Amino acid sequence: MSKLYYSPSHEYILVDGNIGYVGISDFAQKQLGNVVYVDMPEQGDDIEKGEDFGAIESVKAASDLIAPVSGTVLEFNEELLDNPKLVNEDPMKNWIIKVELSDPSQLDELLDENEYKKLCESESH
Amino acid sequence: MSHRYFPHTPDDVEAMLLACGVNNIDDLYVDVPDSLKFKKEYNLPSEMSETEIDRYFRNILKKNRRFETVLAGAGYYSHRTPSVIPYLTSRSEFLTAYTPYQPEISQGTLQYIFEFQSMMTQLTGLEISNASMYDGATATAEAMIMAVSNARKKNRVLISSVMNPTVLKVVQTYAHYHGITLEFLKTDQNGSTSKEELESELTKGDVAGVIVSTPNFYGILEDFSGWADICHQNKALLIMNCIPSTLVSIKSPGEWGADIAVGDAQSLGLPLSFGGPYLGLICCTKALMRKIPGRIVGATVDNKGRRSFVLTLQAREQHIRREKATSNICSNQGLMALCVTIYLSLMGKDGLEESNKISYDGAHWLAKELCATGKLKMTFQSSVFFNEFCVTAHEEVLNKITALAMENDILPGVRIDKDKLLIAVTETTDKKQLEKFIKIVQTA
Amino acid sequence: MNKEIYGNLIFELSNQNRKGYKLPKNDFPDEDVIPEKLRREKEPQLPQVDEPTVVRHYTNMSTNNFGVDTGFYPLGSCTMKYNPKINEQIASDDSILSAHPYQPDSTVQGNLELYFNLQRFLSEIGGMAEFTLNPYAGAHGELTGLMIIKAYHESNGDTKRNKVVVPDSAHGTNPASAAVAGFDVVEVKSLPDGTIDVESLKAVLDDSVAAVMMTNPNTLGIFEKNIPQISEIVHESGALLYYDGANLNPLLGVARPGDMGFDVMHINLHKTFSTPHGGGGPGSGPVGVRKGLEKFLPYPKVVRKTDGSFSIMTDDKESMGSISPTLGNFDVQVKALTYILSLGKEGLKEAGSLATLNANYIKEKLKEYYLLPIEGVCKHEFVFDGLKDKSTGVTTLNIAKRLLDMGYHAPTIYFPLLFHESLMIEPTETESKETIDQFIEAMKKIAKEATENPEIVKSAPHHTPVTRPDDTEAALHPVVTWNDLKQQNNNV
Repeated sequence: MSKLYYSPSHEYILVDGNIGYVGISDFAQKQLGNVVYVDMPEQGDDIEKGEDFGAIESVKAASDLIAPVSGTVLEFNEELLDNPKLVNEDPMKNWIIKVELSDPSQLDELLDENEYKKLCESESH
Repeated sequence: MSHRYFPHTPDDVEAMLLACGVNNIDDLYVDVPDSLKFKKEYNLPSEMSETEIDRYFRNILKKNRRFETVLAGAGYYSHRTPSVIPYLTSRSEFLTAYTPYQPEISQGTLQYIFEFQSMMTQLTGLEISNASMYDGATATAEAMIMAVSNARKKNRVLISSVMNPTVLKVVQTYAHYHGITLEFLKTDQNGSTSKEELESELTKGDVAGVIVSTPNFYGILEDFSGWADICHQNKALLIMNCIPSTLVSIKSPGEWGADIAVGDAQSLGLPLSFGGPYLGLICCTKALMRKIPGRIVGATVDNKGRRSFVLTLQAREQHIRREKATSNICSNQGLMALCVTIYLSLMGKDGLEESNKISYDGAHWLAKELCATGKLKMTFQSSVFFNEFCVTAHEEVLNKITALAMENDILPGVRIDKDKLLIAVTETTDKKQLEKFIKIVQTA
Repeated sequence: MNKEIYGNLIFELSNQNRKGYKLPKNDFPDEDVIPEKLRREKEPQLPQVDEPTVVRHYTNMSTNNFGVDTGFYPLGSCTMKYNPKINEQIASDDSILSAHPYQPDSTVQGNLELYFNLQRFLSEIGGMAEFTLNPYAGAHGELTGLMIIKAYHESNGDTKRNKVVVPDSAHGTNPASAAVAGFDVVEVKSLPDGTIDVESLKAVLDDSVAAVMMTNPNTLGIFEKNIPQISEIVHESGALLYYDGANLNPLLGVARPGDMGFDVMHINLHKTFSTPHGGGGPGSGPVGVRKGLEKFLPYPKVVRKTDGSFSIMTDDKESMGSISPTLGNFDVQVKALTYILSLGKEGLKEAGSLATLNANYIKEKLKEYYLLPIEGVCKHEFVFDGLKDKSTGVTTLNIAKRLLDMGYHAPTIYFPLLFHESLMIEPTETESKETIDQFIEAMKKIAKEATENPEIVKSAPHHTPVTRPDDTEAALHPVVTWNDLKQQNNNV
């Protein structure tokens, strides 16, 4: 049974056991506009909660990707190399990295769907 | 009456003040605290006419000395600037435009930058060029930062000690403040960078990049066979500082397997101008495209399907990424890039090759003849050089040669040490001029 | 400006049986060739073109460009003033162009004197003790200034100052320069009136802050009137105050950064001192320091000896180091010096005042139509937050593009980041009331169109050589050389 969490910096993580898929939220992709490039870590890289693990660029904006949890990169989404626009089309389906969590208790510090919705509402005003 | 550059009549000023709802100009400065106001007059000359300005500069500039023969190089060379260049670059559409932020009315600038990028990638044998950097030294420093940022966690950079020392100093400054550990690779007895040392330093680990130059400071063409492989095995980038005019004739950074090429493009038709403006080139592999600093122009189509050019990959740059940008560079050397582009359009590959051949033949002939005088000897006997070489002689002999040469309208080279003179020959010097210099050396 | 696109590339005019050069005869003996392993293998593809074709190509290309000499260029923050032609003439003197940077000092006394004089003039204008003219551009000047600040703290043994504070309205180069100089960046928020919040600044000032960078007037064109207080608290904390000279123009003859308490500053010669922007460079970014910091300036340095002659100092233990191999963009410096002499002390003051008058006049005339987020006098520039009536969805980008149709360069858009629809207008002093009145009429017309016929604004520009190039496609599939372009054409 997978569960969805969000970070205040607009990344999501969809977790099943100690494996998670990290991407950016629908709200974030709308703010960015047309995504033209996703800078992703390599397989085997360690990521650390709160530190950037890559960046996502649109024509006139760029945003660091902040790790919602610590862990090891199992896979990056190769499809995004040739077709970064997929992030705009369906950010949930088109995750950016697949990670193995080193400390699943970090999930407790993230937001659930309702909390995140409230955050987006406050930011869009 | 206003100054000749200001169109405002007293009536205009009055009407405009009225529209602003104030009585005088001072009212527009009410927000400047009185204590901060500059109440004196600048201690500066008063307004001058063009005639007076001419006189001012003539009186000062006559203290400069010009030389009929310039054998000074050390990174900056006396080449002919074709008359077409100042003529075209002074067109005010080019000269008085700013950065092409509005592509619809900047196709002129965007197009020549695209041509410039294309030419630089051809010369260096790499895939990506930016729109230019300030000069060769800062381009080298930026390449070092690029290597470190690309490596993410590694912070050591190795640099050849046969690099032009003035470039080295700039790179050292950037390294010191940016917090990069910059270490020197020793020179071997042939005036080349030690490959053995490269290997041993790389195995110590943590090296993000290696910087070498071709031709090096002594004009020597070093053999970099195998360097790229060794660097890449150790996940370090190979950065090559080059003199772009030589690259039609000698092995290019791309052919050596370098990841980044940098250099000063002064040798591509830019006047010496006592140190600037010049132009820094930086080219890299496609893999590093998103790490390269500065502006890049790309081709696209407009909404009517017409080919157009725009600034692209801007998300790397300071105006978007601020402190996370790959560099703080904002401007480029726009107009100098135009000079270089026109120069290369006129010269083509054949022109550059022919010019290099004259310089190469001239330098080699001069070196032989100078050594034959018995007064000087080649500092590095068995090395391959291009159009510049280093000679050694007793300090007093060099003093004498320098003084005599200058008396005879010859700038004999750059004195890089008490007993060393660096001599460069370009297409602007003919055999007669060099014969005159050889005679001076004989009599010294 | 030619409204038809010229569009050819020099590579498309190339023919391998043409050439555009003639070199002197090679009268040297034919030397051995370069050993094969050091020789170029693959021929570079450069164009081969005759001279008349080259001249016509670049002439036609230039006609698709808009410069200050073409028309009004109210690009905020860039100070696009008239570039006097005498500057160009003086700077093309052969004794300048032919001088090698490493000639013996005795043979370049004239050049060194010019450098020294401009250095003195800028010190007087900035209220500083001494300037270096070496930095190549404004951003390079910022970097140099921050390195000087770091060298100063290091010389005091104060090594824990690793932060630089910038306001949120700062130019992007400020935080980027701080990062290159090895500092962490701390941003402070602006107050609703656009000035620095002194309380927020106080809160971040501690013994880890090396410098506070400010632009004054700031990027909204507003004078930071709390500067005396800011200077006091910054200095009390042990940090230095840095002046970004991008907006110096309106203060000419009115106030000097040195007198405001700034310790280090840079000047953009291509803004305030009229040297041409050249499509993006070469610029020049001299850096000045107050008394006591002179020894940290970079080398090479020009010094006047007791006998009145000049020499170049190439090393100095206490100096911050070297940021350029030579004395910088010397030819640009000569143009700025010419400008100062042309204007003289009276003209400089007049320049600043008229720039401020022009800006205030436009602001007052247009604030009925465009949203002025901050009332009150401005200096040389000001910012609108888009149209007052945004109901038809016309954006700042649309307005900018529509201005191109009307023969103007667009203002700076979407900067500063404090407002969603920033439209930053800087007219400079060299524009006449007639020009400005016409521009005001054009802006009113656009505001009217936005209500009555918004589509014409939203689909602008209509009368430019190209119209709305697709920059998403450019970033998605970068085509950045002639080689890429050929490959792309082959694939189609």
